[in-house]
Amino acid sequence: MSLLDQPSSSSGLSSGDGMTRGQAWGLVGLLAAAVIAWLVFAVWPDWLNAILISKKAFVSAILNGITLAGLYFLVASGFTLIFGLMRNVNLAHGSLYLLGAYIGYEVTNRTGYWLLGVAAGFAVLAIVGVVMQVFVFRRLEGDDLRQTLVSIGISIVAADLMLAVWAGGTYQITTPEWLDGALTLPVITAVRSNGASVFLTYPLYRVVVLAAAIVIGVGLWLMLHKTRVGMMIRAGVDDRAMLQASGVNVHAVFAIVFAVGAGLAGFAGVVGGSALSVAPGEDVRYLLASLVVVIVGGMGSITGAAIGALLIGLAEQIGLVYFPTYGIVLTFVIMVVTLAVRPQGIMGKAR
Amino acid sequence: MSLAIATDSTTTQRNWLEKLGAGNIILAVALVLYPLVASDFFLTQIGGYSLIFGMLGLSLMLLAGYGGMVSLAQITVAGISAYAIAILGNNNSNILGFGWPWWLAVPFAVLAAALASALIGWISVRTEGIYTIMITLAIATATYYFAQQNYAIFNGHSGYAGIRAPAFWGIGWRDAKPFYYLCLGLAALCYAAVLYGSRSTFGMTLQAIRDNPRRMRALGYHVTAHKVFAWLLSGVIAGLAGVLLVWFNGRVSPGTIGVDAAIDVLIIAVIGGLRHPIGPFLGALVVVLMQTFAIDIVGAERFNTLIGLVFLVIVFVSPDGILGLWGRIKPHLAQESLRPGA
Amino acid sequence: MRMHRRTLLALAVFTGLTAPSMALAADDTVKIGLLATFEGPFTVLGEDGERGAMTAVEEMKGMVAGKKIEIVKGSSDASPDSAVRAARKLVEQDGVKVLVGPLSGDEGIAVKDYAKTQPNVTFINGTSAAQDTTLRNPAENFFRFSTDGAQWMAGLGTYAFKDKGYKKVATVAEDYSFPYTQVFGFMAEFCKAGGHVPSKSWVPIGNKDFSSVIAAIPEDVDAIYVALGGADAVNFLTQYQQGGGTAPLIGGSITVDQTVLTSKGKLKDVLKGTPSAGPTADTNDAPAWKAFVEAYKKQPGAFPSPSLFAHGYYVDMKATLLGLDQVGGDVSDGGKKLRDALSKLSFDTPTGKVSLDKNRNAIADIFLTEVTEGADGNLLNKLVKVVPQVNQTLGIPEDEFMKLGAVNRDNPSCP
Repeated sequence: MSLLDQPSSSSGLSSGDGMTRGQAWGLVGLLAAAVIAWLVFAVWPDWLNAILISKKAFVSAILNGITLAGLYFLVASGFTLIFGLMRNVNLAHGSLYLLGAYIGYEVTNRTGYWLLGVAAGFAVLAIVGVVMQVFVFRRLEGDDLRQTLVSIGISIVAADLMLAVWAGGTYQITTPEWLDGALTLPVITAVRSNGASVFLTYPLYRVVVLAAAIVIGVGLWLMLHKTRVGMMIRAGVDDRAMLQASGVNVHAVFAIVFAVGAGLAGFAGVVGGSALSVAPGEDVRYLLASLVVVIVGGMGSITGAAIGALLIGLAEQIGLVYFPTYGIVLTFVIMVVTLAVRPQGIMGKAR
Repeated sequence: MSLAIATDSTTTQRNWLEKLGAGNIILAVALVLYPLVASDFFLTQIGGYSLIFGMLGLSLMLLAGYGGMVSLAQITVAGISAYAIAILGNNNSNILGFGWPWWLAVPFAVLAAALASALIGWISVRTEGIYTIMITLAIATATYYFAQQNYAIFNGHSGYAGIRAPAFWGIGWRDAKPFYYLCLGLAALCYAAVLYGSRSTFGMTLQAIRDNPRRMRALGYHVTAHKVFAWLLSGVIAGLAGVLLVWFNGRVSPGTIGVDAAIDVLIIAVIGGLRHPIGPFLGALVVVLMQTFAIDIVGAERFNTLIGLVFLVIVFVSPDGILGLWGRIKPHLAQESLRPGA
Repeated sequence: MRMHRRTLLALAVFTGLTAPSMALAADDTVKIGLLATFEGPFTVLGEDGERGAMTAVEEMKGMVAGKKIEIVKGSSDASPDSAVRAARKLVEQDGVKVLVGPLSGDEGIAVKDYAKTQPNVTFINGTSAAQDTTLRNPAENFFRFSTDGAQWMAGLGTYAFKDKGYKKVATVAEDYSFPYTQVFGFMAEFCKAGGHVPSKSWVPIGNKDFSSVIAAIPEDVDAIYVALGGADAVNFLTQYQQGGGTAPLIGGSITVDQTVLTSKGKLKDVLKGTPSAGPTADTNDAPAWKAFVEAYKKQPGAFPSPSLFAHGYYVDMKATLLGLDQVGGDVSDGGKKLRDALSKLSFDTPTGKVSLDKNRNAIADIFLTEVTEGADGNLLNKLVKVVPQVNQTLGIPEDEFMKLGAVNRDNPSCP
């Protein structure tokens, strides 16, 4: 007991005693909060600016990392959901993202309503998802490997057909006026010689993407934990045979999950295509991002996808600013380390 | 006629083996005599290239067919030995190039590839089967990006050029005929090794592990060690293929080991068939022929749609690839040939 | 019976796998290989290159020295490996003795290396613009009538320093050889004029999110030099605008080309007034250019204005045909006469006179441009000034130029 009572954070970490651990974590949390608050609000001394290029660069990288994580989460959550329930590694998930983006572009361009484009991206891809599940993957049920191979085949054909329809050009989905412009954040990056503070500005649209990701993440969590369908899905993740045996139409559940997963990819396509642009090759990029996110976060876990997305998004942006040469490899290093230490991923269940 | 009888009448194990032997001999003779009739282009660009990619497919078939581990990192392993040849031997990119003779560089390159393969295997066999495909895809991409960004070792996006195949015994090994025979010899060696290995104790154990890892573990087998060893062996084959590939192209760059190339190897192995070591070679021949002549027939623009559809049909209709298709058609042909006048 | 069937099958397969194609062209045709990117994401560019080449062929009415021109296409996906494979097929299987291509930088270097193993075949570049294709370790039978990526920047550095008054410029470019060459071309002049480049951002290929890179650019620079193409350029510009960027921009040759200027979006305000340089200019009033644009537009699927890929393939194909014309379409001597003719060739293109230096690289005019809004509201590159007869060493004596070293991330440097 005496050992556990030591008020240092390290013993708090290793002990099982609730009070001590709580206190220690609280202290650490307070300290961290104070440091973060100082980092965020105060003007940095020169030595810190020298190390981290500039406060603007550092804070932007963090913010960009978090908002990029929002986008990655949108794509990866669908991927992980489909895998969790159906053991289906859908390597055509990136194609769903890109198709959603193109559809969002076409609809927005023709109607002039961006929100309509977003809705179309979700709806059309949800239908595509159901079609894929019913006509392709259901036929190969129980054969993980062939399902994956088929999804590779689909992604090859889809990429080429999209290239045929939309050619190799770059498309930008026009966002409405009310999403344009920049937010001024209460973060002082520098003080001018006349004493006026320079505040950090940040694109409003990116903040909206993050907000959308959080809303959808919470929505998914609620759906999984508070609804009947969600209950079935969770039951199916744990034991599919038992779910089937208890009289649930698993195929309907599968179709719903595929619709939601594919729809989210399409949704992310429109949202991401508005933030950046739509071009061939984005399918592979987002497929790889989702792969790494779910491998790190743990396959089949929505919370894991959120954690993984945050880690990968931050790593990517910080890497890009501070060591651009190998920044792009950093995300994969995180993946390999995760695999070596915890093969099932941060939130994954050992199977 | 005698062959037809052997196939069609009784189908005991022994006769079947005999027939297989006859088929193999015909194939071997045809392959050896092929240079007598083929142009240089067909010898290297079709023959040699198919054999190289067939070896890559074979290294994947070994893992997937016997071990149940589908890897997308075979081209990465080949790339490591290709880069090793460029670095240890000579290149004209003015970076590194230690000028080692081929007989020293090649074993080191293959060893490096085998070790890299074992490492990739060790990382990916820690998780369940289907994860392997994702993890290897991620590793392949990471290596591609790393090679592209690193100038000290990989010479970045441009990679290495001016790598020449050696010349010894008075033969320039990149000349059409010698290169074809070199590819054929190594391919045949790997093919025979895999065929033999699959019937060895290790091969049997590996297949048993594929079918029921839990039982094998309970029986006291070290499942992980067996799997990693399979990766090591597959790395040797892929490494040899990598050496041939870099001699064939005379160059290696990140594009050689990109995601497209990784998926090409999988396509080749699956189209050919993962059940028998001859499958990947068949698949490679089909894919290389399609790749080379698509532009004359359908135009190059929609080549990927074509190959993707072929791949999808194969996966759907015949999980064992062309070999499986052949297996299904064969009985019909046999029936037909019994009819008079057929 | 069965055996018979099998033998037939085997025979069919083997003759199929052997038949050396009847490559020898009949006497009344001249076979020319055309290598470009007809697959993958660069398909659009490759097809425009083909339009340029075909414009040249049609100018000659499809005939050269009384012989019919036969174009055999070879396709790559912009990777050097696939370019060499396609070149091998054209040369070794289809039997072409003259080959025009390829399209991109690393492909060019790879094909040049291959050219050394085929001394009897004459290679003429497409649009590949890497410096080392001809500058270092050149091949005797590889000709480039189009200019390289450093040449394209001629005049821009001086213009930015003297006319625009920029003293400190940051650069943002993709992390591979072509952008290195462009940055080199810009900085060679800019640094010499007395300018400083305190920060160079090399963005890994495949990265699409530039906002963090933009935030890390020092705030005290006068302008930002951007060498990004296609989707990357569009992404950079959008994010630069979203992030409230105020420093003016300077463009690389592919940063402000038609694909970027015509992209749908709100880039107008950011792009207007951006100076750039390259082998072509949209508002060139020279009659020869206008005639070329009209001829180009007759090609199926043509853009409103030829891209620099159409231009490059046109110039190289035109040179090829002029050379063939001089030798009466005769390449039976292993192309020796043709190569002599090409080395000495000097001709007028839509963009001025072109001749070759001793490394068989073009000396040609370069166009300094600035982005302006056209009468119809579309953005276009207005011609500011023509930099006449730029050679590969950018007017610097060769030994001095070679001392600058090969282009890479850190060369040149003037912080």
